[in-house]
Amino acid sequence: MINEEEVRYIADLASLKLSKKEVEMFSKQLSDIVDYVEKLDELDTKDIVPTAYTIPVKNVFREDKVKGSLSLEKVLKNAPEKQADQFRVPKIIEED
Amino acid sequence: MKLYKCSLTELKNMIEEKRVKLQDIHESISYRTTSTDPKIKAYVNKNEAYNIDELDQKDYKDTYLKGLPIAIKDNISIEDINTTCSSKMLEEYIPPYNATVVEKIKEAGGIITGKTNMDEYAMGSSTENSAFFPTVNPWGKNRVPGGSSGGSAAAVAAGMVPVSLGSDTGGSIRQPASFCGVVGLKPTYGAVSRYGLVAFASSLDQIGPLARNVEDIALMMNVITGRDEKDSTCVNREYPDFTEYLKNDVTDMKIGIPDQYFDIEFDQEVRESVLNAVEKLKKAGAKIERVSLTGAEYALAAYYIIATAEASSNLARYDGVRYGLRAAGADNLEKMFTETRQQGFGEEVKRRIMLGTYVLSSGYYDDFYLKAQKVRTLIKNDFDQLFADYDLILSPTTPTTAFKIGEKRDPLKMYAADIFTVPVNIAGIPAISVPCGFDQKGLPIGLQLMGAHFKEEKLIQAAFSLEKILNLDIKYPALK
Repeated sequence: MINEEEVRYIADLASLKLSKKEVEMFSKQLSDIVDYVEKLDELDTKDIVPTAYTIPVKNVFREDKVKGSLSLEKVLKNAPEKQADQFRVPKIIEED
Repeated sequence: MKLYKCSLTELKNMIEEKRVKLQDIHESISYRTTSTDPKIKAYVNKNEAYNIDELDQKDYKDTYLKGLPIAIKDNISIEDINTTCSSKMLEEYIPPYNATVVEKIKEAGGIITGKTNMDEYAMGSSTENSAFFPTVNPWGKNRVPGGSSGGSAAAVAAGMVPVSLGSDTGGSIRQPASFCGVVGLKPTYGAVSRYGLVAFASSLDQIGPLARNVEDIALMMNVITGRDEKDSTCVNREYPDFTEYLKNDVTDMKIGIPDQYFDIEFDQEVRESVLNAVEKLKKAGAKIERVSLTGAEYALAAYYIIATAEASSNLARYDGVRYGLRAAGADNLEKMFTETRQQGFGEEVKRRIMLGTYVLSSGYYDDFYLKAQKVRTLIKNDFDQLFADYDLILSPTTPTTAFKIGEKRDPLKMYAADIFTVPVNIAGIPAISVPCGFDQKGLPIGLQLMGAHFKEEKLIQAAFSLEKILNLDIKYPALK
């Protein structure tokens, strides 16, 4: 069971602002989904090595060479707000 | 013969033999799209940048794709053309670079007709999660096309384009291919570069083709496979010419039918249609045996932990700072993040970010994520062992045919639509969905063939044979 307080805590971790209705809905739905995935406890995984990657590829190396990159203009083209060739965001540091 | 009804291979041959002009092909495709897409809504954004009148003046003679049309799912980046992922978050986003598959298509002389609709961020099985509009299945106007590559499947099924690209994280190419009566291949993890594909679940995502026949799938695989320095998960190896495996021959091919998959309760008409195809494969000389495999329901459970965990991490980048939506009026940074994400993400995306954040949160990691990764080992080992003895494994692609728009409101019911397709992504193996019949409502049924890592050529040969053996002669949907 994931109660509404936990839902709000997780939303905070995920930088999501949820409405009261969404909190209620997710509390029920996430509980149902977690109940379902607990099915995995039926399988014995003691001494099993976890798999993150399904094909046998080890470290991939390449020459450390300088190559071209995107122009500043292109990089900033999608910026919601920009100023002096930089991304502009709301003020972070408080004034005294 | 109407040109829009021709396959990519037929069009390629006609161009090579100078029996038709590129202009005429694109005019036919464009006419079909104009008359059909208002009903189907497969495209989010049509590419208006290319000029049909000028096509024949450019020289595509020595190229592989000869100036022929291809549609692309809207989570694959094309320079200077919106890539929205069918999300409000990226509605205005214009990529500054091309995905590697787009580069490859352009180098091969392919013309991109536009970007197709999808479930937001590829999260869904019906294309109803698009923030813009749902796509309609050409085989039934109140039916979903499947998802998340629903637009790519519907565009091909309706004859708006001969082939398209989709992406498949848990079935997102194969399930819509099955629902729309087309062929869809999910390649081995690492066979096709994902550079420029908007990330959903990085250990599962794979780009692949959809087409109206297996021949065109082979052609597209020749174009899109191969190593890419920009995607280090992309494996450095030689790929065969896949068109050489277009042989109607299943003699001595060993195919396993997993008991655990057929023990699941699923639609009777789907079961009969798949088993009918199995009988025909047997008659054609395939050796078919019952085999044992970890239950698909465990793969589904592991999938919803792994995929959401990776998604919660991948989607952390949408913060309103560098690109995409930024909520107006937030007076501090924290508020800007949360309000941007509240306004930009739809319900299913939030649900998955929440679930992923939960399973990764302190105290739960071992119980969920680590456990799921261990189950992943079990599932992968199971497949590996079977493929030591068998060439292919066969199952239905989906438990039902296309369901009604608005029918599945409960997320768990929607997730269950992927039960047969998800194990493939968990194991990183390739799989293809081929049409094997129709139900009494006239909706297409799909059959899935799974192969060992990097054995796409076997999938292509078996699927091509099945197509010839069943000889379905799929008519175009009536589009009433």
